[in-house]
Amino acid sequence: MTAHTVSGTAEYLALVRRRRLYGAILFALFVVLFASGFSVAENRNAGGFLDGLHRIFDFPKEIFSEAFANWRNLPRLFVAAVPSLIETLNIAAIATLFGGLVGMGLAFLSTRGLALWPRLTPVFRRMMDIMRAIPEIVIALVLIFLLGGGPIPAMIAIAFHTAGALGKLFSEAAENVDLKPVEGLASVGGNWFQRIWFGVLPQVAPNWSSYALLRFEINIRASAILGFVGAGGLGYDLKTALQWGQGKYDQVVAIFAILFLTIMIVDHISDRARERLVKGGKPA
Amino acid sequence: MTAVSENAVSENFDTGAIKTSLERMFRFRKWRNIGVPLAILGYLAYAFVAFDVMGVASRARPENAAILLGDFWSYKIHVTRDNRSGEVVTAFEGERKGTYPAGEGPDWVTPGDETVMSLYGGATARFATENRAVIDVPDFGRVTTQVDGRAVTLTLPEGKDIPDWMSVSRNRVSIDQGNWRFSMTPARTEVFRYQAGWELFFFTLDSPFHGKSIGELVALGLWEPRVSPEHSNIVAMVNDVWTNKMWRHGDVVWAMGETVLMAFIGTMGAGMIALPLAFLAASNFAPAVWLRLTCRRLFDFLRGVDGLIWTVILSRAFGPGPMTGALAILMTDTGTFGKTFSEALENIDTKQVEGIQSTGATVIQRMRFGVIPQVLPLILSQLLYYFESNTRSATVIGALVGGGIGLLLTQAIITQKDWEEVCYYMVLVVLTVMIIDTISGWVRKKFIKG
Repeated sequence: MTAHTVSGTAEYLALVRRRRLYGAILFALFVVLFASGFSVAENRNAGGFLDGLHRIFDFPKEIFSEAFANWRNLPRLFVAAVPSLIETLNIAAIATLFGGLVGMGLAFLSTRGLALWPRLTPVFRRMMDIMRAIPEIVIALVLIFLLGGGPIPAMIAIAFHTAGALGKLFSEAAENVDLKPVEGLASVGGNWFQRIWFGVLPQVAPNWSSYALLRFEINIRASAILGFVGAGGLGYDLKTALQWGQGKYDQVVAIFAILFLTIMIVDHISDRARERLVKGGKPA
Repeated sequence: MTAVSENAVSENFDTGAIKTSLERMFRFRKWRNIGVPLAILGYLAYAFVAFDVMGVASRARPENAAILLGDFWSYKIHVTRDNRSGEVVTAFEGERKGTYPAGEGPDWVTPGDETVMSLYGGATARFATENRAVIDVPDFGRVTTQVDGRAVTLTLPEGKDIPDWMSVSRNRVSIDQGNWRFSMTPARTEVFRYQAGWELFFFTLDSPFHGKSIGELVALGLWEPRVSPEHSNIVAMVNDVWTNKMWRHGDVVWAMGETVLMAFIGTMGAGMIALPLAFLAASNFAPAVWLRLTCRRLFDFLRGVDGLIWTVILSRAFGPGPMTGALAILMTDTGTFGKTFSEALENIDTKQVEGIQSTGATVIQRMRFGVIPQVLPLILSQLLYYFESNTRSATVIGALVGGGIGLLLTQAIITQKDWEEVCYYMVLVVLTVMIIDTISGWVRKKFIKG
């Protein structure tokens, strides 16, 4: 009896030692990887890390000092940036809308238990993986070549990615639905569309709307970035102002500020809305 | 007893009020079910106008799409005759680095005094002497073109008009048959033929391994004598693929590595910075309220300033390259991680910490054995998830800061003709993201949940 306990303790201690050893090895591996990666990145970069570190604030200082000197221009530039801001927001909103709709379809086609063609679920899952993996900028640049610059290439690019990302999240949420209503509808002869519409959608609607809102936040950022490669909106204005250089730094500051404020406000509103949707959001 | 009280309740119940409130709710829902789709439709209509969909549709260039899609999976070989010197050059995509040595070519080109090319559908073309070209098209007949001073003359089969696949002007005749084309100007005569695949993907023309079948390559690699005396055949093969001038596999692999590196350093660095800060920002660990609020605001600020802005600011300080991209990712993710980690720390179970405290543990020991084991799974899975998604963002950031596969992608797209390279890089990015996804899924299952 005692011997058994002792050997049990010894085994436990050995287990702990082994786990610590594994942990230490993993940690050492990580440190080596990180350090060597850091030095590679350092060597392949134009400017070094330590050289640049004290220069981080040079550029902000430069633009802000110019903006402060010309602070009278700022309100006018703020107003001037509003149309571009609306374009950026429009791109994000429409992309979220279309991407969400396609994502909904993909989610239903790839969720176990709900799929219209159960055998094809792996195909649709792989499809969504690929849609998520293709970087937006590639689609946007190719479409700019085909359609010319403007908001539509950016919108399509973001919608494509959104469909893949939301499709995955939607289908994860739909996997957890209660199947009883669906079975009930099936028992009274409801077809696939009716089962989904009346049995599943009401259950997943709060979660799905919350995911879509979160995606909208992400898409605003993406649409600003895509603007930088020629897709219109705030990003494009920022690029032209930066290329101009000195003399337009007040405009750069105005665009920075309006982008920052928009992201903060939208984040805040959607945070609140999502909390209501998921926690207290039982339909009235 | 119960029955009575229930009765009392139902008597006190104001059924009328419930009825009106229910009716109000149903009215609201009815309107919502109509109103929300209508609002969305209205918004779409507005966007249709604001985005100028009609204008874009009229300006779109569908022929570009055909070129692009064709280029994704096929290539063309140009056979070009300089009409002044009479020299005939055969080259992949008409590029200098893909030129065949003089007198050689693919099997559909027969060199000689008169170069003969057999094209699709039984058609043939012949660069005849005296700057003439003879093209035989089945079901149409023989077309002859001839350079005449500074003009090009055309002879069609008797009784035929100029067909729609031919375009003729005073100094240019061109034929477009989809999978092959012909053109003649006073300066030069050119035929090119499309074929499926990516040209010279492994070995370029100057490599001794070009044009060998897989069986021959295996034989060469394993037992046949050395092609070049200084290397074994396998080393020579790897070297030839790695330094392939058309596809630059070596550079591409380096660039892809840079992109993954950006994501790795950015994500892990952000995690390392955010973890200690998260302790300062969590309400149950923060040493002082002002410190906690400062950290929170810092996280909000880092997250709120978009990755685009960080990229612009940082590339001024660090110059183009992967380090800049890594730092831009690090900045935004420090904010995100700080927020999620501090929330995780606020939600830990205090019993475990108290139990360890009761054995007389110091603060550090309480953290190490009471807190970290509780939050570690969440932290690790967050890090892995962001590593995967940042690999994708690093492609975009790379295009902005000039590093990694993003730079190669934008360069290839800007040339507007190397679409097969765009396709190659895209496949590479998708594969890399999927591999990272698989590995991180495996790590999560093995070490975090199991």
